[in-house]
Amino acid sequence: MSWFRKEKRGPKLQPKKVIPDNLWVKCESCGEILYKKELEKNLMVCPRCDYHYGFEPFQYIDLLLDRDTFVERDEGLQSQDPLKFVDRMKYSERLESAVKKTGRNEAVVAGEGVVGGVCEVQFGAMDFSFIGGSMGSVVGEKIARSIRRSIEKRQPLVIVSRSGGARMMEGIFSLMQMAKTSAFLGRMHELGLPYISILVNPTTGGVTASFSMLGDINIAEPGALIGFAGPRVIKQTIRQDLPEGFQRSEFLLEHGMLDLVVPRKQMKNTLVQLLNFMVD
Amino acid sequence: MNGQYLDFEKPIQEVVQRIEELRRIARTEDLELNEEIEKLGKKLERLRVDIYRKITPYQRVQLARHPSRPYSLDYINTVFEDFIELHGDRVFRDDPSIVAGWARLSGQSVMVIGQQKGRDTKDKIFRNFGMAHPEGYRKALRLMKMAEKFNRPIITLIDTPGAYPGIGAEERGQAEAIARNLREMILLRTPLISVVIGEGGSGGALALGLGNRVLMQQNAIYSVISPEGCASILWRDDGLKEKSAKALKLDAESLKQFGIVDEIIPEPNGGAHSDFEAAAASLKTCLATHLKQLSNIKPEELVNQRVEKYAAMGAYSE
Ligand SMILES: [Zn+2]
Repeated sequence: MSWFRKEKRGPKLQPKKVIPDNLWVKCESCGEILYKKELEKNLMVCPRCDYHYGFEPFQYIDLLLDRDTFVERDEGLQSQDPLKFVDRMKYSERLESAVKKTGRNEAVVAGEGVVGGVCEVQFGAMDFSFIGGSMGSVVGEKIARSIRRSIEKRQPLVIVSRSGGARMMEGIFSLMQMAKTSAFLGRMHELGLPYISILVNPTTGGVTASFSMLGDINIAEPGALIGFAGPRVIKQTIRQDLPEGFQRSEFLLEHGMLDLVVPRKQMKNTLVQLLNFMVD
Repeated sequence: MNGQYLDFEKPIQEVVQRIEELRRIARTEDLELNEEIEKLGKKLERLRVDIYRKITPYQRVQLARHPSRPYSLDYINTVFEDFIELHGDRVFRDDPSIVAGWARLSGQSVMVIGQQKGRDTKDKIFRNFGMAHPEGYRKALRLMKMAEKFNRPIITLIDTPGAYPGIGAEERGQAEAIARNLREMILLRTPLISVVIGEGGSGGALALGLGNRVLMQQNAIYSVISPEGCASILWRDDGLKEKSAKALKLDAESLKQFGIVDEIIPEPNGGAHSDFEAAAASLKTCLATHLKQLSNIKPEELVNQRVEKYAAMGAYSE
């Protein structure tokens, strides 16, 4: 649940805020002055240091699915406030402002589309700008329904995870979304249908500890923070500095938690290639 | 029970000490003080009822974490018979923060798996304060699969602040271990009953918690995050734990209303720690009832029930 605190060090996750209203931007990671159009053309990846800036759900849809094939599902689902939760502000107001800010109802966009000309897939991409991509009842339900459609239509499932974890303001209901999504993945697992999980910066907490780590194939973008506990919590607990590169994609690959680390530019080709091996 | 009292239990402590004192005097001075002792005993009972009836949400959290509260092994050794502990995940090591093995419940063979906290400092460290590493969850899964193989029911006892947040835990895939347990528990073709006996700390608790039935002791808690953690993130002030404990609705009563918990297991007045035996007896009765109800259900149906149970959890509108 590290999503609620702003990271003090390291590059910011939202490139929009760091790009001033002119043609040039300074890379938050390496300091290089970049031509804004060039950065955008390079899929928001710094050409010099390879830092992957945050991508939004529809950018992943454009990146990974064939042009104009995506059909959104369940976009009307809206979070309730089962605990009538109030911290420094009301959860209902927090939701309202997230909807206003993102133009979307919740922290995941789900639907179906085509990959590589022939393969129809169920597809979901999480939205970090919606309350830190946190998983409440709606995220859980939309992921669960995507899995259910995969089962019904016998189609592969592809999910891009980008989340700080559970949504505290939904209390136990948010925890139970880990159970719900994993339950449907259990069902799917028995049926010989491929699930490719793509983890991008950052994926932590209850999302990592449920559907994100359960892909037949787990792929990450380079340099993504991926873990169960957030680095701040670990640091507080063990009272030591964390090793260089700890909880980054390359660290997880080395420790056997990922199948592949794939740059954004090659993600679609990799996806097509993998699906071709697994789908008739 | 054994000498540790929370602040709001101080009035109870005073009476308990007076009773002990009178008993001592009665013994050493050979005096007849039964009437006096009985009177104090009644007072103690009333006090317990009164104090526990109006505890605050955060006091409930303190109770769930009470240093004298019965832990998994206390129940395993009283509710069950013939427990034989089995060790190890067959990959890395044995994790002592989770104990598991074969046991009998009223003669019936079951697999019992419990999260275990320590009593004294040395034991606490040995048990890692009840916080499992991935290998603990993997051991639990190995033994759940073994129970399935031999058609034996599984009982899990949940009592953890959470899965351990450490370097080794992350290196060995804490998230993967929890996620895999969730997926595999759903598919178990044998009855599974989960009981929250103390602290149900987030994903680390859920990783043993996907029962066909989820039971909860009266003073246990179950939450997505600790009230301290929640206060420090949302209020930016971890002193506001009373506020966040209230907001999180982590008590058994609320969770029963939400449909997350199937039954609340009553505790003796004064909490499970005031009377281990009474707490164990009421746990045993409750387990027996649910085990009986589940025993005639076909394996596929047990899986279906589990999927449907968790599929229904959530609060959204369309
Ligand atoms: Zn750069």
